[in-house]
Amino acid sequence: MESFRGRGLKETLDWPLIICYLLLVFIGWINIYASVQSAEPASIFDFATRSGKQFVWMATAFALAVVILFVISPQVYESFSLPIYLATIVLLVAVIFLGVEVKGSRSWFEFGPVRFQPAEISKISTSLMLATVMSQYGYKIGNARNFILTAAIILLPMAIIVAQSETGSALVYVGFIFMLYREGLSGWLLFMIGVAILLFILTLTLSPYYSILVLAAIVTLCDSAFPGKMKKWFLGVLPALAVLAALPWGQERLVAITHAPGDSFLAELKLEYILAGMCLCAIPYMAVKAFRERSRFLWLSIAAFLAGILLVFSVDFIFHDVLQDHQRKRIEVLLGLKDDPSGVGYNVNQSMIAIGSGGFLGKGFLKGTQTTYGFVPEQSTDFIFCTIGEEWGFAGSAFVILLYAFLIWRIMHDAEKSRENFTRIYGYCVASCIFMHLFINIGMTIGIMPVIGIPLPFVSYGGSSLWAFTVMLFIFIALVRHERRYFG
Amino acid sequence: MNLDKPNKLKIGLAVAVAIILVRLFVIQIIDERYKIDASNNSMVYSIIYPPRGIIDDRNGKILVGNKIAYDLLVTPKEVEAFDTLALCNALQVPEDFIRDKMDEYHRNRRRIGYQSVVMLKQMTPEQYMRFAEIAYKFPGFRGQARSIREYPYNAGGNLLGYVSEVDANFLKTHEGYSAGDYAGKTGIEATCEEYLKGEKGYNIYLRNSHNKIESRYKDGEMDKEAIPGRNITTTIDAELQHYGQMLMQNKVGSLVAIEPSTGEILTLVSSPGIDVDMLADIGSHYNEILANPYKPMFNRAVQSAYPPGSVFKLVNGLIGLQEGVFTPDTEYPCHEGYRFGKNKLGCHAHRSPIDFEESIMMSCNAYFCYVLRGILENEKYGSVAEALDVWNEYVKSFGFGRKLGSDFPSELGGFIPDSEYYDKVYGKGRWKATNVISLSIGQGEIGCTPLHLANLCATVANRGYYYIPHLIKDSPEVTIDSKYKEKQYTMVDTAYFPEVIEGMYRAVNSGYGSGGTATIAAVEGLEICGKTGTAQNPRGDDNSVFICFAPKDNPQIAVAAYIENGSFGARWAAPLASLLVEKYLTGEIGENRKALEKRILEGNLMDKVKTD
Repeated sequence: MESFRGRGLKETLDWPLIICYLLLVFIGWINIYASVQSAEPASIFDFATRSGKQFVWMATAFALAVVILFVISPQVYESFSLPIYLATIVLLVAVIFLGVEVKGSRSWFEFGPVRFQPAEISKISTSLMLATVMSQYGYKIGNARNFILTAAIILLPMAIIVAQSETGSALVYVGFIFMLYREGLSGWLLFMIGVAILLFILTLTLSPYYSILVLAAIVTLCDSAFPGKMKKWFLGVLPALAVLAALPWGQERLVAITHAPGDSFLAELKLEYILAGMCLCAIPYMAVKAFRERSRFLWLSIAAFLAGILLVFSVDFIFHDVLQDHQRKRIEVLLGLKDDPSGVGYNVNQSMIAIGSGGFLGKGFLKGTQTTYGFVPEQSTDFIFCTIGEEWGFAGSAFVILLYAFLIWRIMHDAEKSRENFTRIYGYCVASCIFMHLFINIGMTIGIMPVIGIPLPFVSYGGSSLWAFTVMLFIFIALVRHERRYFG
Repeated sequence: MNLDKPNKLKIGLAVAVAIILVRLFVIQIIDERYKIDASNNSMVYSIIYPPRGIIDDRNGKILVGNKIAYDLLVTPKEVEAFDTLALCNALQVPEDFIRDKMDEYHRNRRRIGYQSVVMLKQMTPEQYMRFAEIAYKFPGFRGQARSIREYPYNAGGNLLGYVSEVDANFLKTHEGYSAGDYAGKTGIEATCEEYLKGEKGYNIYLRNSHNKIESRYKDGEMDKEAIPGRNITTTIDAELQHYGQMLMQNKVGSLVAIEPSTGEILTLVSSPGIDVDMLADIGSHYNEILANPYKPMFNRAVQSAYPPGSVFKLVNGLIGLQEGVFTPDTEYPCHEGYRFGKNKLGCHAHRSPIDFEESIMMSCNAYFCYVLRGILENEKYGSVAEALDVWNEYVKSFGFGRKLGSDFPSELGGFIPDSEYYDKVYGKGRWKATNVISLSIGQGEIGCTPLHLANLCATVANRGYYYIPHLIKDSPEVTIDSKYKEKQYTMVDTAYFPEVIEGMYRAVNSGYGSGGTATIAAVEGLEICGKTGTAQNPRGDDNSVFICFAPKDNPQIAVAAYIENGSFGARWAAPLASLLVEKYLTGEIGENRKALEKRILEGNLMDKVKTD
């Protein structure tokens, strides 16, 4: 039968991707079992325990995957993406009023024993919507109208999720920028976001002064590198910046030598304002230059520089007045500004000790002590990676991470090979989401990201998350299969 | 490989994965900090609980302090077979108690795991000493010190609030707490929880594979000291608060005293209230408190809205003067009441006609009916409705009808009617000044808390402004909101206040038989100025109301007393408030007023109050 309708399962299904998925789900399951393991072991199928429940979620997730692969026609997604997207938005708003409150955020619906989070579905529906819109004939991301529409599709669910106080889940949507980049968004935008994050961190950890200095260095370097005048930058600008970098030290010494009192003009002098003032004076000169040379790049770099300075001076405000208390604390702990080993730092410290104590080969299955003694919080959900790190060591955790890397790489690979714009864009959306979850979740357990409570895809305990990622991935596999059946 | 965008993204992915792998390599293989021991040891955190911040009164006397109590902790996994009887003797608990507990731990063994659980809370020092002597025989059992609350004065139970162990609901909504912690649940303990709680610390020990504690982890290098909670200074005067509570015993109502020059609450009694002895052991008294028909947990002084009665005449008088509808010299007749149409609003017998000062002194109802009618039928405004809304604005500027913004989170706003309200009751345009005439004497649709009344008194004492009443004072450790230091002016010019004060002075100090309503409150040399009120209570006898401040110039204390079912203002509220003033200003009660004090202290109005 199959041969009449196209090629067989063996050729059309992306088996490496499916095997990778099954491996991750299975690894998740045994680690959930290990993480709630106590001295008297229960069966892994005991439905009173989390591993038993996870088994039910797994079985249903597999059933969902089969339905997506063999029952639902893949053409459905493109034609129904708008109603699906709108329905999700309605759910997202409804949950704020009708949902149950879990840890200070209203983002869960509860039906008897089953809880689910609309934010999980919204990743899928947003991806489908984006794929539909962006694969239209004549769509160009450089076109302002198209760009605004795309941004709105992403920002609308994001804003509602922030309103549910689930900032962590909203952060995942930032990952769509990678997809947008693939689809033609300027690389400079990614670069500027990177610089903005760097400035934010520098301002908090060092001082606004150095932050402005680094900003000036980056902007002038770009300005010089663009027309290829690197030599001039190294000889002229770099020494000047080096001198300026030594200025705060000079001020400190001067105050010490002259024994100026703490409130004197010299000690109170805020160097960053002087520096910012100097830079602002230089801007008219640059503007004249830009005008003469008719250099669009120079104009843009001036604008970027001004935006950068604005950011540096508003960091304090953003940090203290915009962010919520617990979010601020998490960032402070991450950047080492405040030591808080009993509160937020406690989780991270415990998580790192658990992972660190694993060593190269780990303590062995069910032999982990840190996780089973209950030191690590949320050990089967957000901090599941601790159990992997402790019991399977560097070898095991590297294996898991490489599995993810392969999964993401494979999705990108398939997406690139696809002839359908819809499939390619959707594929990149899936890859971006999985990547964001992976990097934020594991980054949090090893102390390179602030504590943001989002699950590790396929591995963390929880039906809502497992189902959502399974559906998301298998829609992609089904799209690829559909195409492969008829084309080589 | 050509560097197109997909490939750049793949390189980005590789870099991100490399960052994670390198970081993992560092913490799992290179950095020794995250290793515990090769032999599968793990760390045990022994929590050090910080002492809670102390709550002082305004003079530095301790209202709430700390004392040490011990909890008995059990780690069920470490318990070996033991002599149950010996343990029962030491702890003086029945044998069944320990047996039941151990059974319970066995049932929940999976959930408990290697954690410790509290078997006995707050052992007495004797219990703990007896246990400590033989503790070595009971592996798995240990005592843990914890500081609990102690109350040197029986003052301000309702204000202070209680501290109790956090429950599952509390943990869900508050970050940074874990099971077994204590937190303030009501009163100052709750509102100042942030300051008072301090920060927990811990000692880290290493446990070997046999679950025995072996040594300090890294010689205590990673330990954290507990940071004690910050101390809070309240505006309460402990002695005065205690005296106020004595005066209010066996009466239902409130007694509030404010220092007018700062807005600081000196005394705030809600009666019946909670004794501090109950606070210390709230768990065993909780049901008893809930079952009490007089609702002692309910802070009437800020949560009960009552009609203010005649003390509200001061407000109407001031508004009338400001609006120019009469002058202090205007005389109005009163023949035992005010007649309008077929109706009459009654008044007591006094001479007629009288001027403004005398109207306050004798608390004439008719006079203020004329005043309110003047305000509402003022031709300046298009209609009575419009005039009523202007009146409403004026009244609100005294703090009535809205939350004052004090540091009581449960503070009630009360109610001041406007035209919209009466339109709903009577129909739009179907009511006139005479329908709402009882507002003139503080009856009808007005609701205000005793705190509002004390604030009114402070406003008059200050000749036209008040500070938002508050309970927490600036101290070296805590800074209060700057709004408490800003003068809040009313919409009435300060020039009109001296007339009112003169009336209040004469109400108290004119001597017996003069017609002054509050001569019982007079204390020689203190120059008390006051105003009585008798507010109708649909559930029995009238409420007895009195506000007063003293001395007349440069006032130091403003008091409001509100006694439910206490009949005339002069009967209970006036003597009660004057005793409080006398105590505060002179430190004792004069010989000639001892009999009055005795009558108040022994007076019992509880039977008159209906509960259901």
